Amino acid sequence: MTDIPANPDKALIVLGCPEAPAQQALAFHVAYNLRKRGTGVLIAGNPSVLSLLKVSDPEKHYVTDTMVLEKCIAEVVEKKRDCDLCVVFAHNDAAIAYAATMRHLLPERRLVVIVFGKDPGPLADEINFPCEKIIDKAVHNPMQLRKKINEVFGWAA
Amino acid sequence: MGCIENLKYEMILPLGASFKECREYVEKNFKEFWYVDPGYKLFDEYIIGLPPIALGIDGGKIIFPYTKPCHGTYLLAIEDADEAARVRKTARKKK
Repeated sequence: MTDIPANPDKALIVLGCPEAPAQQALAFHVAYNLRKRGTGVLIAGNPSVLSLLKVSDPEKHYVTDTMVLEKCIAEVVEKKRDCDLCVVFAHNDAAIAYAATMRHLLPERRLVVIVFGKDPGPLADEINFPCEKIIDKAVHNPMQLRKKINEVFGWAA
Repeated sequence: MGCIENLKYEMILPLGASFKECREYVEKNFKEFWYVDPGYKLFDEYIIGLPPIALGIDGGKIIFPYTKPCHGTYLLAIEDADEAARVRKTARKKK
């Protein structure tokens, strides 16, 4: 990975299935902190997860740009979309596959994979590609994972 | 819903199969298999997954993993001789 800016210009947050409530709170947290530091943030996910964000943030205080995951992947493959930082939320095998895809498509970019859920250890072990991992047993309560995220990104709590 | 879900497919491994299970199944159960990387276009969709992604071919049928965020990876088979011929030309034999 080369030339990674301390405060990225563009970040892509990839969300997994919304069944773990901690994901949504932490997605807002990451998006808010990046935007506060001047980073443009796009959130990609399936239609359900994007609807949850839109209903929770109707005036777009935290999330301004969203895109359906398939379209986002297509744009990255077709080199129509790029980012300096990609953050993938992963609490199942499918999300690890999405993270691996982003690693392959964006080999030079900073990739942070947030592995959470009831049993994040075995899931994190599936990651055999270069990235930064943040791992915590968060399902409902986001506080411990938020602390770890803040440490990795250098954000005050 | 992507176009793959609108095609006539056969489900080889059901919902919730892991990506690794799909790759191993293809390698073990099909004489002809090929490897591609994430972002390879198949049936007009970009395939995602942990590289290398194993695709099986059985006659004109392509066997491939298809991942959905909430379910995991399914292993699907779709009959399409033209697409199978394209895979043979564009995919690789080595991992």
